[in-house]
Amino acid sequence: MSNAPPTNPLNASCPTPLPQHERVVLGHGGGGRLTSDLIEKLFRPVLSSRVLAEGDDSAVLDTGTGRLAFSTDAHIVHPLEFPGGDIGRLAVCGTVNDLAMVGARPRWLSAAFIIEEGLPTDLLARIAASMQRAAEEAGVELVAADTKVAPRGTVDGLQIASGGVGLIPDGRDVRAANAKPGDAVLVSGPIGNHGIAVLAARGELAFDTTLRSDAAPLNSLVERLFDAGVAVHVLRDPTRGGVAASLNEIAKASAVSIVLNEEAIPIDPQVEAASEMLGFDPLHIANEGKLIAIVPSGDAERALTAMKELSVGEGAVPIGRVEEAPAGRVLLETALGPTRIIDMPAGELLPRIC
Amino acid sequence: MKHLTEYRDKDLVHKLLGQIRAEVRREYVLMEVCGGQTHSFVRSGLVELLPDEVTLVHGPGCPVCVTPLEVIDRALKIAARPDVIFTSFGDMLRVPGSEADLFSVRAKGGDVRVVYSPLDAVRIAQENPDRQVVFFAIGFETTAPANAMSVVQAERLGLTNYSVLVSHACVPGAMRAILDAPGNRVQGFLAAGHVCAVMGYWEYPPIAEQYKVPIVVTGFEPVDLVRGVLAAVRQLNEGRAEVENAYQRIVSEPGNREAQKLVTEVFELGPRGWRGIGEIPDSGLHLRDAYADFDAVRRFDVGDIHSVESPVCIAGEILQGRKKPTECPAFGTECTPDHPLGATMVSSEGACAAYYRYHRPTVTVNG
Repeated sequence: MSNAPPTNPLNASCPTPLPQHERVVLGHGGGGRLTSDLIEKLFRPVLSSRVLAEGDDSAVLDTGTGRLAFSTDAHIVHPLEFPGGDIGRLAVCGTVNDLAMVGARPRWLSAAFIIEEGLPTDLLARIAASMQRAAEEAGVELVAADTKVAPRGTVDGLQIASGGVGLIPDGRDVRAANAKPGDAVLVSGPIGNHGIAVLAARGELAFDTTLRSDAAPLNSLVERLFDAGVAVHVLRDPTRGGVAASLNEIAKASAVSIVLNEEAIPIDPQVEAASEMLGFDPLHIANEGKLIAIVPSGDAERALTAMKELSVGEGAVPIGRVEEAPAGRVLLETALGPTRIIDMPAGELLPRIC
Repeated sequence: MKHLTEYRDKDLVHKLLGQIRAEVRREYVLMEVCGGQTHSFVRSGLVELLPDEVTLVHGPGCPVCVTPLEVIDRALKIAARPDVIFTSFGDMLRVPGSEADLFSVRAKGGDVRVVYSPLDAVRIAQENPDRQVVFFAIGFETTAPANAMSVVQAERLGLTNYSVLVSHACVPGAMRAILDAPGNRVQGFLAAGHVCAVMGYWEYPPIAEQYKVPIVVTGFEPVDLVRGVLAAVRQLNEGRAEVENAYQRIVSEPGNREAQKLVTEVFELGPRGWRGIGEIPDSGLHLRDAYADFDAVRRFDVGDIHSVESPVCIAGEILQGRKKPTECPAFGTECTPDHPLGATMVSSEGACAAYYRYHRPTVTVNG
């Protein structure tokens, strides 16, 4: 094939690339490549620390007498209440899960409420009560809180910033960089329900669903894995950016390849239908009550049995394995046989979810 | 989802692939017209399972990719106006114009909203009588009926604050242009199933006859795609050049007559610029004079538009099936979905994006 330009009248041409973003776009919050870009190129050079640079869901801090996990999270979601949860439940579960994903036992939470002038107080009360219920479910205490009211139009109803502290029992070493070739990749249940449930609650699907957000604390599931004697290498809750983003981060941090089996990935038929219709990949859709566990293959059966004992893990299945090469890459064996790449989602895939 | 699962049946796919292998006896160059088909071929891995004798070239059927740069630049200027709510299908937001994209316009304060249907845009116009609501009416024959319906509905509602920025493309004109182009390699087409669901396939027999090419109406699931390839290969072996329907569960020859009537009521056929290709006669839909009041181009004077295309990217050659995305020196290096050099890397239906997302086994990982 020659490189000569094609003959007229069919003249081939194309645009130049855009310069770097001069302003933050919504995609920078999507949990995909644009988010990594913002962190790596803007924040890291001017605002970082050794612990922050490790890039796990929580900071792991050595106190001299033991290890603390410390995490912070901000929550925005529209609508504030949706089937299966609300912004308060999301704030508690999100923070608890970030702590649990480094093997910590979550203990204490903080919450800052940024409230838009005009928010109905009964809605705020419902959300606060929902937070308390979620905290009790997770066995954590809300020990610090703050309230600010912002003028109408400067905040979309309510935003919550949360923090959490947990204790990591001795002997646990759970980090994104710990995946080893030969390990099994497990997921605790069907993926994509949260993202699609929120979309449906916004009335953005042309059909009704009975889908509910999976928002749930996962710390009891994590404890169950350790109680069963599973040598857990990596844990992640695939929130923004979905399973694809989490696995890409793990593959990169551990310098391994992760190979998924397309037919093994559990997806609710309604999530699949909505994804088909909207052109989304369920692997890119957010979850708020699922975890990915990477464990030695010899422990996989034990881990699955342990997870299935709890309702939050009853859909646990193996979805793939860790291999040596190509390092940093996530691959998918399609139902038809050939293998394809699973990439990080780029930026804003869905209308903003949370 | 049983319905779809049936058309992803791997045993059936492999059986049909076996039939294709038994059938091939020379080189075959087939073009799948629609970007949705390209994605399905690559995503399912089918593209690797076809025998080497069958070369697929990826057609121009990605509406985002073929929207001319000057139309995107005009959209950006209209969207930046403070009196405007600019509505669009999500895919268009990331397509770079000469200097910006709709995401950046939104980040700078433009009111840009993603809608799933133009009828949502009409509703937004009803709810915001003091704002101008513009819908970016792009797409092939598949989206034309709903876009036409939005104009008719806005007229019925007496809305004076709704308009459409139209850049509609039609498949038959593009197929002719590809076949007329010097150096054309395409021997047969897998016609775009969704387009045919609306338009039927009565437009195709003259093309098949004149250019002696088989045209097989083809769906999007793996079973549909291999059926389409098998039918085209058989026709070529038998020296036939006919229009054949391999997507009968969805497509009939006349298509959806009501939808066609609506499109004809609002739009008329005319020449259209195709990004990366150039102007093609009878390949676009334009608002009829009777609906000129709803034309965003007339409603908003945004001054002169000087669009600047770069010579780096080979999207034009890819859209015409002359080259594969992986033959582009910028593919996966200078040009990625985060920094697209061309629209084919942007859209979920773009050929380059399909290859980048699913099919880069030889490209090494950066950092």
